[in-house]
Amino acid sequence: MDSVPLSWYLILSAVLFALGVAGFLFRRNLITIFMSIELMLNAVNLSFVAFAYKLNQVDGHIFAFFVMVVAAAEAAVGLAIILTVFKRRPSLAVDEVNALKY
Amino acid sequence: MDALLFLIFAAIAVGCGISVVVQRHPITSAISLIGVMGALAVLYLLLGAEFLAAVQVVVYAGAIMVLFIFVIMLLNAGVEAPGGVSWPVRLLGLPLLVVLVGLLSFLIHRSFAGGEEVRFGAFTQGGPRQIGRLLFTDYLLPFEVTSVLILIAILGAVVLARKEID
Repeated sequence: MDSVPLSWYLILSAVLFALGVAGFLFRRNLITIFMSIELMLNAVNLSFVAFAYKLNQVDGHIFAFFVMVVAAAEAAVGLAIILTVFKRRPSLAVDEVNALKY
Repeated sequence: MDALLFLIFAAIAVGCGISVVVQRHPITSAISLIGVMGALAVLYLLLGAEFLAAVQVVVYAGAIMVLFIFVIMLLNAGVEAPGGVSWPVRLLGLPLLVVLVGLLSFLIHRSFAGGEEVRFGAFTQGGPRQIGRLLFTDYLLPFEVTSVLILIAILGAVVLARKEID
């Protein structure tokens, strides 16, 4: 019980990624869909860190760091877009946001 | 001890992840997502990524999720209306997803069977010193480009979210 197989970390990453995909496909709320994307990014980060351990290199950590930075930028812009959409029509259901122009 | 810690926090991560997807209220989903991120930070520590674990808690669970919760409260988002998912998705979505996870797990298990064992403390290069050195030598250009990206994102968010003054 002193060590864990590397595959367990990768399987956990796959499960979390699939959960993110499920949220993205099944939910109808803009903000929840956005949070599912964050869940997928987190799952990929776990894979990066696990492979950094396996290859004994820090480069995987750097990539995970960059993914976090891009996620922060994406969250800022995406939430601003959601605010703008909400100003036009007071609903967060994605099915009502099927035309960008109106 | 390592396996016990991994199992506990993996269970927390998966449970909170299911809660993110299943809960109908956005604020509950957001709180569950913070749970996932906290559990992942502990797993990063187990993998020897001390700096990333700290960044995960500060940037992800701190900054990004506060932004999410702030927007949810600003929009006064309530419980999601049921329905809206077409019947093929409702019928086939979950089984196909289970098949995908099963297939992925099988492939991962096959490729890495009897391979590397993760032992806490075996990987010692995940501290701020090593990350900083690599970030400012080999990855200097991506790092600087990231700062421009963040600047553009801030400007874009301000322009998008401002009130029109006529």
